[in-house]
Amino acid sequence: MGKSAGQLVMLIVINGLLLVLGALISGGSFLSSYNLQSMASQVPEIGLLAIGVMLAMCAGQGGIDLSGIALANLSGVVSAVIMSTFVSASTDPSAFSIAFIAGAVLIGLLGGIINGALIAYLKITPILCTLGTQMAFMGLAVVVSGGKAVTVGSPALLSSIGNDMVLQVPIAFVIFAFAAALVAALLRFTPYGLWLMLMGTNPKAALYAGFPKNGVLVATYAISGLLSGVAGIIIAARNVNVKFDYGSSYLLIAILIAVMAGVKPEGGYGRVLSVVLSAIALQLMSSLLNFGGLSNFVRDFAWGLLLLTFLAVGRYRIAGFLPSIKRQTNPSAPSPQGPK
Amino acid sequence: MSVPPVVYSGEGLSKSKRPGLGELIRKRPEIITLFLLITICIVVGVVNPAFLQASTLIDIGRASVVMGLFALGVLIILAAGGIDVSFTAIAAFTMYSMTLLVQSRLPDLPIAVILIMATVGGALLGVINGLLVHHLKVASLIVTIGTQYLFRGFLLSFIGTVWIMQLPPQMGAFGRRQLLQFESANGAVTTLPVYFLVLPVAAIITWWILNRTLMGRAIFAVGGNSDIASRLGYSLRTVQIFMFGYAGALAGLAGIIHVCANRQANPFDLVGTEINVIAAVVLGGARITGGTGTVFGTMLGVLLIVVINSVLVLVGIPSTWQRLVVGAFILLAAAFFVTRQRRK
Repeated sequence: MGKSAGQLVMLIVINGLLLVLGALISGGSFLSSYNLQSMASQVPEIGLLAIGVMLAMCAGQGGIDLSGIALANLSGVVSAVIMSTFVSASTDPSAFSIAFIAGAVLIGLLGGIINGALIAYLKITPILCTLGTQMAFMGLAVVVSGGKAVTVGSPALLSSIGNDMVLQVPIAFVIFAFAAALVAALLRFTPYGLWLMLMGTNPKAALYAGFPKNGVLVATYAISGLLSGVAGIIIAARNVNVKFDYGSSYLLIAILIAVMAGVKPEGGYGRVLSVVLSAIALQLMSSLLNFGGLSNFVRDFAWGLLLLTFLAVGRYRIAGFLPSIKRQTNPSAPSPQGPK
Repeated sequence: MSVPPVVYSGEGLSKSKRPGLGELIRKRPEIITLFLLITICIVVGVVNPAFLQASTLIDIGRASVVMGLFALGVLIILAAGGIDVSFTAIAAFTMYSMTLLVQSRLPDLPIAVILIMATVGGALLGVINGLLVHHLKVASLIVTIGTQYLFRGFLLSFIGTVWIMQLPPQMGAFGRRQLLQFESANGAVTTLPVYFLVLPVAAIITWWILNRTLMGRAIFAVGGNSDIASRLGYSLRTVQIFMFGYAGALAGLAGIIHVCANRQANPFDLVGTEINVIAAVVLGGARITGGTGTVFGTMLGVLLIVVINSVLVLVGIPSTWQRLVVGAFILLAAAFFVTRQRRK
């Protein structure tokens, strides 16, 4: 519990530092509402995938979801191809948008259930299963689209998801925040959340306690798939086109975000709020490097270094040695954080 | 091949049964791969007789060298219960830096020294992996994701992003040197290059390590159950450093061969193919949770993937189906192996 609060405080401090650093480097333009909005609209895609990875990791026993971005692209591609044969995007934009959204969510959910069923009932190791489904999902997207980008265009409703603001906040970010809050509530207030975390902590004890193990596993990967479907919608809304190989580096970044958020790769612990903050921190860092005029390759290098640094921090509890964080941790220790 | 010292979990005390086909498949899962491979070859041979020409077979052999070297490294790591996705980045790193070094500083370096230096360079990067995995005590998948970014990011930001089209002469010559030459009926000449020999040599060395040395025993023991292995006195640190170092060495070698074979050094190459390689090793019967795996099976897995990649077009299936087919094969193989293991 002390550790979880420490991690949260650390992420908040990092976010704050990055904002200050950005403001100093850019002379204030980093904090302009335009830049903040543009950053906020870039977070949701990867943030949604990272929450999916977090859930899979929490389930323990090597749980991981490598199929996230492939499934997101598959949802976008298949939904776009199917729906555009029934509804014309140009004559009836809102009907097309609604059909596209429903299709993408459904395909994401279906893909997630397939993952979960393979892992729970056929007992395939999660890494291997999601590796296989990642290839299969991507392959299916290639087959359906013929390897080309599929144009979704910008029908009214969909394009507003990608580009418009509510109270100065991009709609995509609002959707992301809403989805994150929903998952957080699910983890905290339902038996599912308790089962998931305890199963990740001690699978044997969970088995003897009579948890519905298969149900929890299927639900976990189904939620992850659902989030991928939503990510697919946001990708389509922001990019006009959907393509099978969009965001090929997202797979690793999603895992990086989850690990940075203190999610235990061996299972049993993870907080949605930390994942959201960690996704925002990564976006800030990426924008900061862009402001500094550094290439994408330097960013890749920095992310690799960062991932390893965070693993080292988690391993040696370097955070615990920092006096400021220690001070923060102690008073908040008895706070009603729950065993999550 | 002799039976490797496999650690089957929880079946040591199972009653001795009549050794039926199911038993054989469970013990030697690569038989399925062999069966699949032969079936595909026969079907494709019937549909399109062009497949069974010497030139096609040589193309397949040539295409499997780099992937085969990668797969041998992955096999060792999988057998010890780890996973590595950074080997392609190691290969890209060593191949490009080596080529650059030879081109700009040491133009007279003989090819043998170049190969050895690339191997050693790859091994050093692999040892970094091993040390990190050991000391951070985190799943090796996550650590190697980090090092993949680290190595590739370092290569592209600090070493270079320019394609080298004009290789140093000794490297080009090595890529062209022939072992065998065939002339087909229509006069087209196909050659089996000398570098093909590297793969069987590496396969034999890997087989020797896994089956004839204490390190091989330690690797299977750690892959079966690392806690018990360490209590039995196997040093986890040594095993982890060795296996990642060995995989790195093979990756470095594979990288330089890739350069010589393609007659250009592209720093953006290779990374992204790691999933294919892991798929090949898994299709070859190695369990992703460790403790099992054979060199023979791995080579079959590599051949299977290379054959699938190259024959889809020959039988009239569009190449867009390649990923879907490989993905389906992985899931089928995984499901099959798992159900076999449960039914005792």
